[in-house]
Amino acid sequence: MSTKVPADLKYAKSHEWIRLAGDVATVGITDHAQHELTDVVFVELPAVGRKVKAGEACAVVESVKTASDIYAPVSGEVVEANKSVVDNPALTNTDPYGTGWFFKLKLSQPGEADALLSPAEYAKQIGQ
Amino acid sequence: MLKRTPLFAAHQRLGGKLIEFGGWEMPVQYSSIVDEHLCVRRAAGIFDISHMGEVLVSGPGAQDFLNHLLTNDARKLAVGQGQYTLMCNERGGVIDDLYAYRIGEEEFLLIINASRIDPDFAWMERQHASWTQGSKVQLKNMSEAMGALALQGPNVRGFVDSVFPGPFTGGARVEKASELKKNEIAVTGWNGRTIYLGCTGYTGEDGFEIIAPAEVIEEIWTRLLAAGHAHCLQPAGLGARDTLRTEVCYPLYGHELDEKTTPIEAGLGFFAALDKGDFVGRAALVEQKASGTSRKCVAFKMTGKSAPPRPHYAIWSAGPDAAKIGEVVSGTQSPSLNLGIGLGYVTPEFAKPGTAIEIEIRGSRFPAVTVQKPIYRKA
Repeated sequence: MSTKVPADLKYAKSHEWIRLAGDVATVGITDHAQHELTDVVFVELPAVGRKVKAGEACAVVESVKTASDIYAPVSGEVVEANKSVVDNPALTNTDPYGTGWFFKLKLSQPGEADALLSPAEYAKQIGQ
Repeated sequence: MLKRTPLFAAHQRLGGKLIEFGGWEMPVQYSSIVDEHLCVRRAAGIFDISHMGEVLVSGPGAQDFLNHLLTNDARKLAVGQGQYTLMCNERGGVIDDLYAYRIGEEEFLLIINASRIDPDFAWMERQHASWTQGSKVQLKNMSEAMGALALQGPNVRGFVDSVFPGPFTGGARVEKASELKKNEIAVTGWNGRTIYLGCTGYTGEDGFEIIAPAEVIEEIWTRLLAAGHAHCLQPAGLGARDTLRTEVCYPLYGHELDEKTTPIEAGLGFFAALDKGDFVGRAALVEQKASGTSRKCVAFKMTGKSAPPRPHYAIWSAGPDAAKIGEVVSGTQSPSLNLGIGLGYVTPEFAKPGTAIEIEIRGSRFPAVTVQKPIYRKA
C-alpha cells in the first residue's frame, strides 16, 4: 500500500518527519509509520524546555500491540508539545502530517537538518 | 526457519501483516487490531489457528491414561464433549493448557499450543512409556498433518450450516452444526476426509473451531469467507486474538502459564480435579491448595489516563507505604472498553477484586484496580 510522503518535509530513517520554519522544526511521524503501527492509542511527549540531541528517544507512541520510541530527528529545545494529539492519539493515524504533529524543537544545530532524508530518499527507504 | 501454515499464501493475498509467533510466521492483523476485535465482538471473525497442535490418544486405556496425564477429569466427558484441562509436571507446574475432546468411546483429540508441540509430545511419550497400561494406549502426533480455523462471533451460527451441511457421523449427535452446544464436538466429512467441528474458542464469543487435514484447510477457509460475507465476517489476526482473550482473561502459555506456575496460582484450580484419583502434579497441587500460594493471577483495569500496561511492568501497592507486589504478564488497551487492562501476578493479599494497585510505566506509577474476571462481559 502506498503512503503519503509530502514534498515539503525532511525525514529521519526512523520514520519521523520535520517541517522547518526558521529555526523551529515541527516533528511528527510519517504516514508509513502510522500505517505500520495502526490504532495509535497513546502518545507521550517530551516536556517543554527539555533539550534533546538528534537521535535521542524523546517520545513514545503506543498502538494496541506495542510501545514504540520516537526519536528527535535534530537537536534542540522542546518549545511546544501538541496537547491535541495527547488527548486524541488517533490524530496520529488520521492526520499524521497535520493535526497529528507531536512537538516543536528550536534547533541548536541547524546544519543537522541538511543531513535528513529528502522525500525521494525516504520514499525509496520505505520501498515506494 | 519459521514454519508456515497451509494459509500462508492466502494471508499474503489478504494483505495480512506477518510476524513470528511461537516459531510460526502468522498474520498479526489484516486491517487493524481494533477493527478485527470489534468485528468479532459484534459480528464474526475467522482466525487461522493451524499452528496449533493436535494429538490423538486412543485405545481401551486412553481415558485412564489421560486422567493420569491431565488435571481435569476425562471420565466426565461423554462422546462428543470436550473440556479445558492442563498438563502439569510433578511440581504442579504447567507444561501446557489444552482442550481434550472425546471423539469416540476410546478416542480423544487434544488441541495443544503451537509453541508447546515438541515439549508436550515428548512429555506425553515419556509418561506413556512409564504407564503400566501403556500397551492399551496409542499416541499420535497429528500436528503436521492437521490444520485448524476458529470461527468466532455472534453471527457465525447464521451461516455455519451452509458450509458444513453434514451428515454428522460421530461425536455429538446433531443434525446440524448450529445445534452444537458449548464444548461439544461433531465429526463430519469434507471431500472424503474426516473433519471436526468443536463448539469452543478463545475470544469469549460464541463460535466454532474447525480441525481438518492441512490439504483442505484453504478450501474450507475460502468457503467460510464467502458464506460469511453477508454476515460481516472478516479475517482476524493474532493481534485481535490476543486482545479478545485478554478481555475475557483466558490464559496464554508463556504469559499467565509456564512450567514454574501452577493452575492454582493461575486461578485455574477449577480445572484440576483433585478428587479424581492420582495424576501427575496432584500431590503438589493438594499441598498448595492446603497451604496457600505465594502469588495469584489477577485481572486489573487502569483507572486514570495512562499508557496501556504491558508484560513485565512492575505492579505496586497503592498508598504511602507502596511496595512492589508483582508483575504484569498480559496487558493491552482494551478495544471493547477503551481503557488499559491486564493480567498479572501479585502477592495474595492484593488479589481481592476492588484492590487499588499501581502499574509502573516507564518509571512512573499509574493507578489501577483489581477486578473480577472476566474483565469484559457481554452486555
